[in-house]
Amino acid sequence: MEEIFSQAVLIGIITSAIRLATPYIFASIGEAFSQSSGVVNLGVDGIMLVGAFVAYYITLTTGNLWLAVLGAVIIGLLMGLLMSFISVTMRAEQGISGIGLYMFGLGLSSLLFKVLVGSVQTIEGFHEMDIPGLSTIPVIGEIFFRNSLPVYVAFLLIPVAWWFLEKTTWGLMIRAVGQNPAAADSLGVNVNRVRYFSVCFGAIMASLAGASLSTALVNLFQENLTAGLGFIAVALVYFGGWKPVGILIGALLFSTVNAFQLWMQVLGVNIPSDVAVMLPYLLTIVALVAVTSRIRPPAALNKPFDRGEN
Amino acid sequence: MKKSNLFSVLSVLFVLALMISACAPAAPATEAPVAEAPAAEAPAAEAPAAEEPVAPAEPFKVAVIMPSATTDMAFSQSMYSALVAVQTEMGGESAMVIQYSENMFKVPDAAAAIRDYASQGFDLVIAHGSQYGSSVEEIAKDFPETAFAWGTDVNTFGLPNVYAYTAAAQEGGYVNGVMAAMLTQGKQIGVTGPVEVGDAKTYIDGFVQGVASVDPAISVNKTWTGSFSDVALMTEAAKTHIAAGADVLTGSSQSVAGSIGAAKENGAVLWFGTQSDQAPLAESLVVASQVYDWTAMIKQIIANKAEGKLGGETFTLQLSNDGLKIAFNAGYALPAEVKAAADAAIEGIKSGSIVVEP
Repeated sequence: MEEIFSQAVLIGIITSAIRLATPYIFASIGEAFSQSSGVVNLGVDGIMLVGAFVAYYITLTTGNLWLAVLGAVIIGLLMGLLMSFISVTMRAEQGISGIGLYMFGLGLSSLLFKVLVGSVQTIEGFHEMDIPGLSTIPVIGEIFFRNSLPVYVAFLLIPVAWWFLEKTTWGLMIRAVGQNPAAADSLGVNVNRVRYFSVCFGAIMASLAGASLSTALVNLFQENLTAGLGFIAVALVYFGGWKPVGILIGALLFSTVNAFQLWMQVLGVNIPSDVAVMLPYLLTIVALVAVTSRIRPPAALNKPFDRGEN
Repeated sequence: MKKSNLFSVLSVLFVLALMISACAPAAPATEAPVAEAPAAEAPAAEAPAAEEPVAPAEPFKVAVIMPSATTDMAFSQSMYSALVAVQTEMGGESAMVIQYSENMFKVPDAAAAIRDYASQGFDLVIAHGSQYGSSVEEIAKDFPETAFAWGTDVNTFGLPNVYAYTAAAQEGGYVNGVMAAMLTQGKQIGVTGPVEVGDAKTYIDGFVQGVASVDPAISVNKTWTGSFSDVALMTEAAKTHIAAGADVLTGSSQSVAGSIGAAKENGAVLWFGTQSDQAPLAESLVVASQVYDWTAMIKQIIANKAEGKLGGETFTLQLSNDGLKIAFNAGYALPAEVKAAADAAIEGIKSGSIVVEP
């Protein structure tokens, strides 16, 4: 039992957790923008799948990872424009249109994979890069400074997103539109434009989350690669109280428990694997219940804005 | 009011998330426990009748319902490739028609497909997943003229038009285990699997016995991810094994490609595959794969049909009937003594001198 708390194992758990948290951070931060402006996008998982496929396919055919990232950004933007058009311009029910977008993404990515690739093939994705100087620090260096580029970017995204949402005029506008679109509108804020921006940014992040999965974490694509990861990412936004730091904590908590259960199994700790696998979900549900009683969602969340009514 | 809204949204989300991630696509190789005594009746590969099925005037029509994709490099692909091989041997589409429904991880959808194919007059409907058993039992009674086959399982429900099939996955697992034990430097081997059932489990049980037959001191650590489709977690499981010191990995799953990817990143790790030949995924890492070959069984079923027999029999893929084969990867330089030990294990299992418990 003491083996579980040896230094090597603890380092192993934290490094695994950081890797596992990466796609959640991308997707959840993006969704936080979308939801802060009042639009729930349940299509995250579908956008992730399309982004994952596009990045994978470009890497497979050209070997150029930067082109792959660019491709993921463009396809994310297109999916975001589609979601915005349906839910902002057409004012469709957000939950339903999000589920629709998810199914569209799932089907589209599977179809493209089948037609263009066919069978499972691995690619050369982002390699782990040591940060000179920092990676040699014992323990800390091993955990934090020997990751692949998408992992660094995901963690840098947290402070940037916090700064943007809390400290800039645009961030203020996004939150104002999410709290009280009529008031924001009366002050000359273009509600629909802000929501388009937020939803599209969220979709681009979701697409990059998928790309981080297919080009850095698993280096392959197969049908339904995300396996529902995007839905967990949406839940993490609630968990994190629409705040980047809260989302970071939620993502790390979930992935740490996941890494912990993998290590327990590897070390042969005698618990049924089914119980081990359930742990992250159980713990997240418990934590969620404990946390959500204290947070307030954006007041206009899930409400289409109609100027004429006001 | 607002709060209760939030919670209803949340609970819907969570149920969705859990459903999708847990029971996720492809409850595929969910084979029910394999028979204690493998080889109820083996597909008689050597039976001359099976070798050259006479091409009937009307093409033989086969439909197959699969839980994952025909290109999964594992369970579904093994069946699809076998059907295509038999079709080619019989003379192409004029002699045999193949239709398939893939990714049928929802059993009610699969049941609808099974019924559709049967009512369209297909000669043989294959339900390739143990989760389809009860659907086959129910539908087969309504179509006494149609032959059904399902697996992996051994239960024909006492119906004259139902075949069951299974694979003695522990046999190839044993052979892979013998090689793995001889190749590991650090005396530590990692196993990644989806759910502890069916041939995923029997393969690994055989593997562990094979390792122990060479050196009982080698530790074999197992991880189960609880999902047939969570590639990210499967990959992380493989990375965890490597971080913990394992230098040989194996596993049985549709998501296995992810583990191979992890092994590929860390060049010192070797991989053993099962269900389908996984060498194309990583030329330099895959030592050998246990391959399921259903062709003899399919040919036997077609031959039986010509004689008016539609089912009531259980097939078990084994090394001794060539239903299981060990595909050595030509791209990996396997030391001669390891190859010799593997061949000896294969012969031992075939002759019965080595008994592998499922």
